[in-house]
Amino acid sequence: MHSVTGGHARLQHHFDDLDQQREASTFGMWVFLCTEILFFGGLFTAYVIYRQRFHGVFAQASHELNVTLGATNTAVLICSSLTMALSIWAAQIGKRKLTVLFLLITMALGLTFLGIKTVEYSEKGVPFGIDALTHLTKHHLVPGPSFHYPCPPGEPCHPEQAEVFFSLYFCMTGLHALHMVVGVGLLSYLLVPSWRGRFTAEWHNPLECIGLYWHFVDIVWIFLFPLLYLIGAH
Amino acid sequence: MAEDETHPHAPSRKPYFLTFGFLIVMTFVTVVVAKFNLGPLNDIVALGIAVLKGTAVVLFFMHVRHSSNLTKLTVVSGFLWLGFMIFITLSDYWTRGWLDTFASGR
Amino acid sequence: MNSTNTPTAPPSGVALDRPSYLHDGYGWKSWLLTKDHKRIAILYLISITAFFALGGIFAMLIRLELLTPEGDLVQAATYNRLFTMHGVIMVFFFLVPSIPATLGNFFVPLMIGAKDLAFPRINLLSWYIYVLGGCFTLWALIHGGVDTGWTFYTPFSTHYSNGYVVSTAIGVFIAGFSSILTGLNFIVTIHRMRAPGMTWFRLPLFIWSHYATSLIMILGTPVIAVTLMMVAVERTLNLGLFDPRLGGDPILFQHLFWFYSHPAVYIMVLPGMGVISELIAAFSRKRVFGYSVVAFSSMGIAVLGFLVWGHHLFLTGESVYAATVFSLLSMLVAVPSAIKVFNWTATLYEGSVSYETPMLYALGFIGLFTIGGLTGVMIATLGIDLHLHDTYFIIAHFHYVMVGGTIMAFMGGLHYWWPKMTGKLYPVFASRLSALLIFVGFNLTFFPQFILGYLGMPRRYWEYPPEFQVWNVLSTAGASVLGVGYVLPLCYFLYSLFYGKQAGANPWGVKGLEWETTSPPPTYNFDYPVVVTEEAYDYAPAARREAHIA
Repeated sequence: MHSVTGGHARLQHHFDDLDQQREASTFGMWVFLCTEILFFGGLFTAYVIYRQRFHGVFAQASHELNVTLGATNTAVLICSSLTMALSIWAAQIGKRKLTVLFLLITMALGLTFLGIKTVEYSEKGVPFGIDALTHLTKHHLVPGPSFHYPCPPGEPCHPEQAEVFFSLYFCMTGLHALHMVVGVGLLSYLLVPSWRGRFTAEWHNPLECIGLYWHFVDIVWIFLFPLLYLIGAH
Repeated sequence: MAEDETHPHAPSRKPYFLTFGFLIVMTFVTVVVAKFNLGPLNDIVALGIAVLKGTAVVLFFMHVRHSSNLTKLTVVSGFLWLGFMIFITLSDYWTRGWLDTFASGR
Repeated sequence: MNSTNTPTAPPSGVALDRPSYLHDGYGWKSWLLTKDHKRIAILYLISITAFFALGGIFAMLIRLELLTPEGDLVQAATYNRLFTMHGVIMVFFFLVPSIPATLGNFFVPLMIGAKDLAFPRINLLSWYIYVLGGCFTLWALIHGGVDTGWTFYTPFSTHYSNGYVVSTAIGVFIAGFSSILTGLNFIVTIHRMRAPGMTWFRLPLFIWSHYATSLIMILGTPVIAVTLMMVAVERTLNLGLFDPRLGGDPILFQHLFWFYSHPAVYIMVLPGMGVISELIAAFSRKRVFGYSVVAFSSMGIAVLGFLVWGHHLFLTGESVYAATVFSLLSMLVAVPSAIKVFNWTATLYEGSVSYETPMLYALGFIGLFTIGGLTGVMIATLGIDLHLHDTYFIIAHFHYVMVGGTIMAFMGGLHYWWPKMTGKLYPVFASRLSALLIFVGFNLTFFPQFILGYLGMPRRYWEYPPEFQVWNVLSTAGASVLGVGYVLPLCYFLYSLFYGKQAGANPWGVKGLEWETTSPPPTYNFDYPVVVTEEAYDYAPAARREAHIA
C-alpha cells in the first residue's frame, strides 16, 4: 500500500503521512470502543449479579419477551453488519454508488431493528404514538407505578424480582437502541462524501471507523439476545 | 489478503459471506438449543455461542485478523477488564454465606 | 536530547520569525476555536483554577462550621450539601483533570517531539464537554446543591435525598466524557506520534505516568458514567436497580461506583508522580534512578489499582473472603508507589541538588505522599478499618495523598514549567514563601485529623463532642494558612505575566525536549524536524549547575 505524503487532500497538518493518520484514527476508534465495552459492562455486571440472585424469576420473566422478534432483530443486525463490510469493500474497488447503496441498506436495516424494538416496547406497555392508549392496558411490564407482573399459576412469585428483570431489560435494550440511533446518524454523515467518491482504496478511513462502531453495536446485541430472551425459553 | 474473483486487486468478499453464514446459523442453533432444558448447560452453551459469534464479528467484519498486535491487545484488554469487574463483584456475592458455614462447624 | 544533523536547527532562545503560540492570532475566536494543544491547556488551566477556588470556598465553610462543637454556622442539611459539593467539585472538576488536562495537554506533544496531539479537535471538544458538565453541576449548586456525599450512595441518592441529584449526576457524567477523550488522545498520541528515535524507554517518566493514567481513564470512567446513569434512571423513572424494596441491592451500587472511583484516585496521583520524576531529575541534575522500574511501576499501579476497590466496602456486609483478598491486594498496590519513593530518593543521593521552588514542592510531595500512602496501608488492614472507617482518619489519609501529593505536584509542575508556558519568570521569594505556607498550612490542617479519626470523630458530621474541639481548631487554623498559600501564587503568576522578566528557552538549564524550543513555544512546537538520539535525563556525571535565575 502506498501512502501519499504532504499534498494529499485528506492529510491533516500534524501528521507526517496518511499512513500515520489512518493508524492513529483506527486505533483511536478501538480505544473508544473499549470505553463502550466498559460502559455497557456496568449494566452487564448488574445483570449477572441479579441473574444469579433471582435465577428462577428471571427465567420466568424472560418468558414474557417475544423470542421471534428478538431473533429476527438479531438476524437484521447480522445482515446490517454484512452490508456495512460490503460498503467498505465497494469503496475499495472504487464503486461510489455501490458504497452509497450498501450504506443505505445498512441504515434501513438499522431502522428496521429500531422499528421492531418499538413494536416490542409497545407490547410491554411503553407509551408510544397512536397505539399508546390501547397498549398500555394490554401488558404492564414497564417498571414503575403501573408495573403488574402476571404471576404464572402454581409457581412461587416475586413480582419485585421480575421488576428488576424488566428494569434491566429496558435499560440495556434502551441504551443499545440509543447507540443504534447514533449509529444511523453517523452512517448518514458518510452518505454525501461517499456519493462524491471521496472514499477510495487509498483512503476510506471514516468508513472503516464508523464500521467498527456499527459492528460493535451488533456485538452488544449478540450478547443481549440470549441473556434477555433465551433464558426462559425452555 | 485473498483477492476477489470478479475484481482483481481488491480484497475478497468471501470471508464476509462466510462469516455472515456462520452468524445466521449460530443464531438459529442458539434459539433451538434454548428450547431444551439442559440445566446449567443452557447458560454455558448460550454464552459460548455468543462468544463465538462475537469473535467472528471482531476477527472478520472488524478486520482484527489483519490488524496490528496493538489492536489485538486493545480488544483483549477491554474484555479482560469487563471480566475483572464481573468476576470480582460476583466473588463477593458467591462467598458471602461461607463464614456461617465454617463458623457453625458444618 | 538533541536534534542532530539538521542545519536549520536554531540555537535555543534565538528569536524566530514564527510567533509563539500565545501571539499566533488574537481575539476570542482564536482561543475558543483553537486546535493548538497549548492553548487548550491554558483554557483548562483557567477553568480548573476557577473550580478549585469554588471547592476551596466550600472547604473554608466546612472548617468554619467545625471551629465549634455545636452546629451553629449552618444547618445540618446545609452542611451535608457543603461537604458534598466540596467533594464533587474537587474530585471530578479539579483533581481528575488537573495535571493531565493542563500540564499533560501542554507537554505530552512537546516531550515526544510531536506537533500536536493525535486528535486536536477532540482535545478542544473535551474542554467544551468539561465546561458543559461544570455548568450542569453549577446549575444544581445554585439551586441548592446535593447532599448525598460525593459518593452518591443508594438508596439515599435514589429515593430519599431531596437535593439535585440527577443534575449533579449528569454534570459528573458529562465531565467523565471529557476525561475519556483526554485519555484516548494521550494513548493514541504516545503510541503513534513519537519523534524518530524516541523509543519507549527514552520517554520522560512524565509520559509514562500520563500513559498509565490514560489507561485508567479509558477503562474506568465509563463504569461510573453508566452507574450514575442508573441512579438517574432509578430516581426519575422508578426503576428498582438499587432499591431493596424492589429486590435491588444498594451494595451493587457501591461495587460499580468504586470500580471507577478507586482507580480514579490513581488518575489523580499518577500524573503528579510523573511531575515529581521530572522535578527530582531536573533539580538533582541526574538521571532518575531505576528508570525502567519507575516506568513499570506506573503501569503496575494502573493495573493493580483496578483490583482493590472492595476496600471501600469493608463495612457493608461484603463477604469476609472477598474483603481479605481486597485487603491483600490493597497492600500490594502500595508496593509500586513505594518503589517510586525509593527511586526518587536514590536519585537525590549524590546528585547535584538545588532547592528552587519546584524542588521544594517535589521534596514536600515525597514526605507527604509517604505519610498518606502508609496510612493507606493501615486502613487497608481489615481490623483497623473496622474502627477507622468513616472517621477523620480516612479524610486525613486521602487529603495527604491528594493535596499533600497531587496538588503539591501540580504546584511544583506549574512553577517548573511556567517560564516555558508563558515565557516569564515569577518572583522567587514569593514563590518560596507560598511553598512554605502551603507545606506548614497543609500539615496543620490535616495532621490533627489523623488524631481526630483515631479518637473516633466521624466524618460528615456537622457537630461533635466538645473533647474534639482543640484538634478541630488547629485544623481550621491550618486551613487558613493553606488558603493564603494558595492565593499567593494566583497573585504572583498574574503579576509575572505583566511584569515578569523574560525567560530564556531553558532557564533551569535542564534536559528535556520541551526545553529545546523557545519559551513560549511556537504553535507547531519545533521549528526543525526532531530526531532523538539521547536517553531521558542524559545528564553528564557530576553535572554542574547552569541555571541563571536572579
